[in-house]
Amino acid sequence: MPKWFVPLAAATALMFAASPFLIANAPYEATMGLVQKIFYYHLPSAWVFLLSAIVCGIASARFLFGGSPRQDRLAYAAAELTVLFGAIVLVTGPLWARKAWGVWWQWDVRLTSSLMGWMVAWAYLLVRKYGGPGSDKLAAGLALFGMANVPFVYISVNYWRTIHPATSVVPTLPVDMGVALWFAVACFLLLFVLLLRLRVYLEEQRARLDALYLSLDE
Amino acid sequence: MIRTAWLVLKKDLTVEVRSLEIAYTTLFFAVSCILFFAFALVKEGKAPEDGAAGILWIAIAFGGTLALGRTFERERQSETLRALLMAPAARPAIYVGKLLGIVALLAAAEVVLVPLVAFLFQAPLLSHPFWLAAVLLSGTIGFAAVGTLFSAMLVRARSRDVLLPVLLYPITVPVIIAGVRATAALLQPDVELALVRFWVALLIALDVVFVTLALWTFEPLMTD
Repeated sequence: MPKWFVPLAAATALMFAASPFLIANAPYEATMGLVQKIFYYHLPSAWVFLLSAIVCGIASARFLFGGSPRQDRLAYAAAELTVLFGAIVLVTGPLWARKAWGVWWQWDVRLTSSLMGWMVAWAYLLVRKYGGPGSDKLAAGLALFGMANVPFVYISVNYWRTIHPATSVVPTLPVDMGVALWFAVACFLLLFVLLLRLRVYLEEQRARLDALYLSLDE
Repeated sequence: MIRTAWLVLKKDLTVEVRSLEIAYTTLFFAVSCILFFAFALVKEGKAPEDGAAGILWIAIAFGGTLALGRTFERERQSETLRALLMAPAARPAIYVGKLLGIVALLAAAEVVLVPLVAFLFQAPLLSHPFWLAAVLLSGTIGFAAVGTLFSAMLVRARSRDVLLPVLLYPITVPVIIAGVRATAALLQPDVELALVRFWVALLIALDVVFVTLALWTFEPLMTD
């Protein structure tokens, strides 16, 4: 593991411990009140969810056209994180929606495309696990489709009339809310980087072990 | 390139016409799906609102999965896949030929399925034949574009029958949604053509994205 890992992990843990206080101190939103505070974790996890789908897609493309197993390990790690952060988005979203819209779920463009991106990441993991030999390339092809979905998720709220808030909300936030939000974004980004590094490290060790077993057989 | 695609298509259609294996099994499966839904949902001659649109697309997606699984499986069984890949033909051309074969097959199945759904669900599906054909064709191309790519890739994988739907359905969700919404819009008493046009435009955009991605990835995925 690199030297920065443990200090950064400690710093991230401290930041995550601090962020609820910032969120609690941020002003209440006029119409939604307390539930609006879910937003401070919902939006950062959604960004990281999309980011990790992009990382997975780019690494897959490089694996597919370059053939480097390092990129493949990165893509695998990113796909697992896409599932993880997607799960946070899809749990926090309905909790908020129940209060704000009165329903848990709506077949709205952004919700549907996010769910689809999450399912693609699941399919990626299923293929990797049960596909047998050659499934790494197959999964990489799938990841490209998952990445193609990302811009669609992002712009969907601005092009369709949906009930999900548009992307223009973020720059217009009051300062106190903005500070809490950007702090949470930093927390989630750091968490993503740490988990990604840890997961890639695990895959590297696994690859080394496989190589050792192979050389033992010969 | 176009000539090669045409040759692959002609070869597939010739093989298919001799046995009609895929056509019959796909059609039988899709018709059974529709019948099940008709038993379950149509009460005293009244179908649920928009039911016909959803069920038509479910039948196409399920039947299409069966057909997609078989096209490359046939190459594998008769051990012609290697010959096909070793032929001095561009990979994208092989892909396009296979894709056209699937689209032709599904279009033939739809010719039977549409009147059946219209009959069982009392849906005025044939009131705008041109728009319905546009919706079905653009939707089928989008579905088959992804399906052809993945079924080709899965030829060598273990448990390929299970994995094809796992790969195919999450990605084709937007195609199915757009297809269902467009068909449902066509079934309204007074059709809003602007809405239909919007969904068809979205379907065509999805077709372009899917076919481009598939052509781009088919080559590296089919080598080795």
